[in-house]
Amino acid sequence: MAKQIEVAGLDAYYGTHKAIEGISMTIEPRSVTAFIGPSGCGKSTFLRTLNRMHEVIPGARVEGKVRLEDQDLYGADVDPVSVRRTIGMVFQRPNPFPTMSIFDNVAAGLRLNGRHSRSQLDGIVEESLKGANLWNEVKDRLNKPGAGLSGGQQQRLCIARAIAVRPQVLLMDEPCSALDPISTLAIEDLISQLKQDYTIVIVTHNMQQAARVSDKTAFFNLAAQGQPGKLVEMDETSKIFTNPAEKATEDYITGRFG
Amino acid sequence: MRRSAFRRSRGDGPFRFASTGAGIVLLAIMAAIGVFLVVKAVPALQANTSHFLTELTWQPNATEPVFGIGALAFGTVLSSLLALVIATPVAVGVALFISHYAPRRLASALGYVVDLLAAVPSVVYGLWGVTFLVPFMLGPSKFLNDYLGWIPLFGGDTVVGRSMLTASLVLAIMILPIIAAISREVFLQAPKMQEEAALALGATRWEMIRMSVLPFGRPGVISAAMLGLGRAMGETIAVALIFPATFNISFKILGPYGNSIAANIANGFGEATEVGRGALIASGLILFLITLLVNMAARFVIARRKEYARAAA
Amino acid sequence: MTVQTGIQPISSARRAKDRLVQVLVYLAFALAVIPLLSVLWLVVKNGIGRLDMEFLTHSMRNIGARDAGGGAYHAIIGTLEQVLLASLIAVPIGLLTAVYLVEYGEGGRLSRTISFFVDVMTGVPSVVSGLFVLAFWILVLGMPFSGFAGALALSILMMPVVVRSAEEMLRLVPRELREASYALGVPKWRTIVKVVLPTAFTGIVTGVMLAVARVAGETAPLLLTVFVTDSINNDPFNGPQMGLPLYVFDQAGRPTDTAVDRAWTGALTLILIVMLLNLVARLITWWRSPARRR
Repeated sequence: MAKQIEVAGLDAYYGTHKAIEGISMTIEPRSVTAFIGPSGCGKSTFLRTLNRMHEVIPGARVEGKVRLEDQDLYGADVDPVSVRRTIGMVFQRPNPFPTMSIFDNVAAGLRLNGRHSRSQLDGIVEESLKGANLWNEVKDRLNKPGAGLSGGQQQRLCIARAIAVRPQVLLMDEPCSALDPISTLAIEDLISQLKQDYTIVIVTHNMQQAARVSDKTAFFNLAAQGQPGKLVEMDETSKIFTNPAEKATEDYITGRFG
Repeated sequence: MRRSAFRRSRGDGPFRFASTGAGIVLLAIMAAIGVFLVVKAVPALQANTSHFLTELTWQPNATEPVFGIGALAFGTVLSSLLALVIATPVAVGVALFISHYAPRRLASALGYVVDLLAAVPSVVYGLWGVTFLVPFMLGPSKFLNDYLGWIPLFGGDTVVGRSMLTASLVLAIMILPIIAAISREVFLQAPKMQEEAALALGATRWEMIRMSVLPFGRPGVISAAMLGLGRAMGETIAVALIFPATFNISFKILGPYGNSIAANIANGFGEATEVGRGALIASGLILFLITLLVNMAARFVIARRKEYARAAA
Repeated sequence: MTVQTGIQPISSARRAKDRLVQVLVYLAFALAVIPLLSVLWLVVKNGIGRLDMEFLTHSMRNIGARDAGGGAYHAIIGTLEQVLLASLIAVPIGLLTAVYLVEYGEGGRLSRTISFFVDVMTGVPSVVSGLFVLAFWILVLGMPFSGFAGALALSILMMPVVVRSAEEMLRLVPRELREASYALGVPKWRTIVKVVLPTAFTGIVTGVMLAVARVAGETAPLLLTVFVTDSINNDPFNGPQMGLPLYVFDQAGRPTDTAVDRAWTGALTLILIVMLLNLVARLITWWRSPARRR
């Protein structure tokens, strides 16, 4: 299921403001790629261009190419809806559907994509909740509202919801920033397991987290406030954190700025 | 203001008193409306030789006054419900159009256009209804009667323009802006987080609306519809010009039947005797109570929604 | 389970449903605008013919049932006086109530009760406010039908609108502004009068104008309180007066074409007044707070 993503010369705009400029990179399948960088450097914006969520914001648009294996996501005949169905996303703050039960939250994406028998649904929901390490905690209350769970559980519910539709890539936008340390650890364990099946891209503010979970790390920066963000460098995580090629990267990870 | 060791400044007392007093005046007016309607209704009700709540005819000016609210209350409720059934789907569509479909640059201007519907005075709708809509509705009404006449609502032998349906249509146009405006505000408040969650799962725009916007907005739409219902029930002049002012109970909404409490007050006031005025006031009291209940229920739903929204945030 | 490769296009049924809803939503908007256009078009078309100097300067006195001519001067005068009087009653009470709710209420039981009944009051049918003034002012106190009685009924309809809009505006005044004033030792009531109210002034004016626009078109309460007359009566405190909406209702109910023509022209005049008030109110809001535009 996992796929490689190739980005070439990508710019993203909010109205007339250019948020990121000239980004090219290759994201390997079955691995975790982390995006780090100071606030406002465009790493979240870039992540959202990878499943065409960026253009949901009024006035936002993208130029450049993003390829999933050999398909251009921004091709003229490509429906953004099907792109988002193929590339799943987990958000900064857990956002389960408040009026739906735990079961219905996980099944929400499946129900959009054609009919499934009840037993099929049961199977996939159980599998997804197990995949998100949440099954044991919620198996007795699948019909209770998802909003009743703790923050960490809600975020794992959102991960279960995202993997239930069998995406080929999983994008995570600072998935632990609203969680306590124990929940964060649970999500990090989960990410390490999920990379066996998925291509995972994670945006994080927490450099220890990037070092712990990712195989590759990309560092983004911007020249000044109001300037577009750029990719400074991307390499093996171990290399970025011990011996980065760029001085700006070293300054950032040693805490000299940002 | 909290008690303090320092002397309270002069002037604050009177000002505080005046503003509190104004609030109390408002409460007093609400109470007085109820009290004085009762005071002037009672003598007429005592002169009534029939049962006020069940009698259909309205002859309070006769030497032996006979009058009852039955037919009027029926007409009020039926026309308002019909108006609600017609207006709500359109209003929800309009609200979604402004909140989620229209180009953003145009959205607020287009919202203002819909608000303008509310700025047209009721008497103008009445004039428009009588001179344009009544003759215009004859064709569609005949069509409904011919092809859907097997449905009791559209049945009957006589089909006219001045019908329950035409009056309800005018009411629907008049309550549409309030339902649309409240629904629009609620839809705009739907959390972006949940909208994005739906989109990221590969939902189309409509599926996103169904999964995140409509469940969030439902209580708001319900209370908006109830406020619209209250409006429709109290609407007077437009329907006074359109209703044929009959005093019977008929579900044949294309036929020459129809009246409402408010329309009857407007049409009957000119020639009312003392008992007649009292009778109209009594009917107004009933209208006041019904709209009060509908409005309080609507407010109750909104108040509950606030808590729900806060809990969800 | 099938292993999917590449981007799977969504099913045509889902796409069709999405399209269908989009069409329905656009249709709903069109459906809402059609009656507005129809009303405005007919009012202008049928009303413009009689919108002449005679209409604006003459009353209906000595105009026979079949005569052309005549005007709405008496009704326009009546409406202006009634609305002005209604504002003089409703604005102080409404504004003070809003001040109470924002500055003094502190979320207590009384303020919650008042707040709730302000909401309920917006739902009082206009004909009921007319009946109330009829019962209380005219039948119990024995006062005559007059423009003032009509103003009383209109003021009841205005009050909740004024309270709500003023309340909203007062809540927009930043806390820092109040605190800065308190820190200078200015007492609360002077802070409200000298700092809070002036800051919220344009917003309050807008709200009042919208309230005026709302009641200027009301017919039912006038019918029950000012009665109907064909003559000019400049004294709002004595004797039957006319109002423009009432004039339209009265003329529309007469069986001759000349009367119906006058009704249309009256409607046009009324709409022009109401729309003008609305427009000015919106312009003030728009001009004052470009940042709040959506």
